[in-house]
Amino acid sequence: MTPRAPAAARWAPAVALAAAFCVPALGSRFYTFVANDVVIWALFATSLNLLVGYTGLVSFGHAAYFGIGAYTTGLLMKKAGVSFLLAFPAAGGLAGAFALVFGFFCVRLTRIYFAMLTLAFAQIVWAICFKWNEVTGGEQGMPEIPYPDFGWLERLGAAVPAVAGWRTAEYYYFLTLVLVALCLWVLRRIVGSPFGRILTTIRENPERAEFIGVNVRRYELSAFVLAGVFAGLAGGLFGIFNRGVFPDFAYWTKSSEVLIMTLLGGMGTFFGPGIGALALILLNQQIVSYTEYWPLVLGTILVVLLFGFPGGLAGAALALWQRARRRLGGA
Amino acid sequence: MPDPSFVFAQSLSGLTAAMFLFLIASGLSLIFGVLRVLNFAHGTFYMLGAYSAYQLVQWLGPGPGRFWIAALGAALAIAVLGGLVERLLFRHLYGKEELYQLLFTYALVLILSDVAKIVWGTQQKSVSRPPELTGSLSLFGAIVPHYNLLILLLGPSIALAFWFVLQKTRAGRVIRAAALDRETLGALGVNVDRLYTLVFMLGSFLGGLGGALIAPMRATVPGMDTEIIVEAFVVVVIGGLGSFWGTFLGALIYGQVLSFGILFFPRFSIFAVFALMAAVLIVRPWGLLGRPLQ
Repeated sequence: MTPRAPAAARWAPAVALAAAFCVPALGSRFYTFVANDVVIWALFATSLNLLVGYTGLVSFGHAAYFGIGAYTTGLLMKKAGVSFLLAFPAAGGLAGAFALVFGFFCVRLTRIYFAMLTLAFAQIVWAICFKWNEVTGGEQGMPEIPYPDFGWLERLGAAVPAVAGWRTAEYYYFLTLVLVALCLWVLRRIVGSPFGRILTTIRENPERAEFIGVNVRRYELSAFVLAGVFAGLAGGLFGIFNRGVFPDFAYWTKSSEVLIMTLLGGMGTFFGPGIGALALILLNQQIVSYTEYWPLVLGTILVVLLFGFPGGLAGAALALWQRARRRLGGA
Repeated sequence: MPDPSFVFAQSLSGLTAAMFLFLIASGLSLIFGVLRVLNFAHGTFYMLGAYSAYQLVQWLGPGPGRFWIAALGAALAIAVLGGLVERLLFRHLYGKEELYQLLFTYALVLILSDVAKIVWGTQQKSVSRPPELTGSLSLFGAIVPHYNLLILLLGPSIALAFWFVLQKTRAGRVIRAAALDRETLGALGVNVDRLYTLVFMLGSFLGGLGGALIAPMRATVPGMDTEIIVEAFVVVVIGGLGSFWGTFLGALIYGQVLSFGILFFPRFSIFAVFALMAAVLIVRPWGLLGRPLQ
């Protein structure tokens, strides 16, 4: 059973969003860069959590959909000159389509076989990105993805002074923030809906779900596609943010990274993966200025987490809050 | 139509690759068969095996027979490392969610590969072929180094030895029993905890040995661990997780698909390998020679 969040936590998302909007006002390009990174990864990790945390399907190939989204937006915007307005939804659409095909086969398998098949599909995507030089740029990837056109915002700036004077990277940050907030809102609605409840039921006991007449495979496939769509959207945003798309976006180690983020924040709590993304990226920024051995640190954190705090940061915070409340209530 | 001697050379190189992969993947498959855990760190054990062999060769200096001592020593060192990891950490995750076990082995990948970087740096290390085997042989117009021939023979002999131990000895019977029913075996008075440690050590030994033996053929570099582990996964999945002959068959198929894929579709041979893995999982999730899990 998941413990109920404190009332203050219900306002936290709005507060976090407001705070995120203020980051560029700090005036540091670096902070905006880090914040942008966090926001995109938060969406990626939350999309994975729909599968791992809510439906109980451990995917080891979620990077595939991130990569597909990134290449879709990148190719459309760089090579075809398509506007971001079309290229962004296309990232989600194509990633979702691939998730539908791959997922169709994956949900027929259970546990370790499911994980292995998601891994195999992700490696197929990676191999195509890696070798199809004419289209994807192969090993070298595809640098210099253009930013969306912000000309209209600059023109708007003539009338509304608050809009004027930002750099393109900052406009892009605001855009990312709005889009990710929208996606997270939709995901939250999905998780809270009857559909989301059925996913949780499947996680807890697939046999029983089957008994009460739930078509488990169809629900799992829907979750798989939805997770793919949002991972694709995150990938689309990331390619532009990163100013380039590379095959390792779809490599299996990327899938592990996002799993670690999800676990660090707390699986099965909605905002846990986002918190995980924030914690991990901030930590990474701190650590890399001291040592080049970030993987060593990350591995150690992971071990501590697995043995000490399997509920992740969100789980640990909730447990702490509950203990405090019990103590206060008992006094 | 390609030149037959070229086809022969190509299939031989595929076979050599297959025998290496078999060595490594059989360790992975053994651990999975008994402990029901896919060990991502197995590739890292392989890499550490290669580094340890390099280190031991450095210490021992050149001379006949030295390489073999180094290879064996490296494999033993990796076995001890595997045993320590199992006993001190991994043991506490049995019975927990599979995801935690997988992520723990991934944490090992991160930690151990950085430790290797700290100890051996990022420059590639190479080990020269053992002096006894520097020559080569001309077979049907293809030139085959003696060392490759040895690997070609070593693969099947280790496979046979393994099969013999598993089928004919008491220890092998106990291991097979542990794969089927842990509780009953414990009730029969077998120390299952110790057995698990031994199996983990044996699996790690095979991984380390694979790494040590490949050191004279390929450069030892950081990153070789994450590459090989996916290949080993492909092999065990094609053959059947936990199935011994399946792993052998999987390695043979993998080697041939890769080496002929490079010949006919140079760009898509990696693709073909993963497509094959996906196809096997779709049609027969338990692999070509495996049995469905209960």
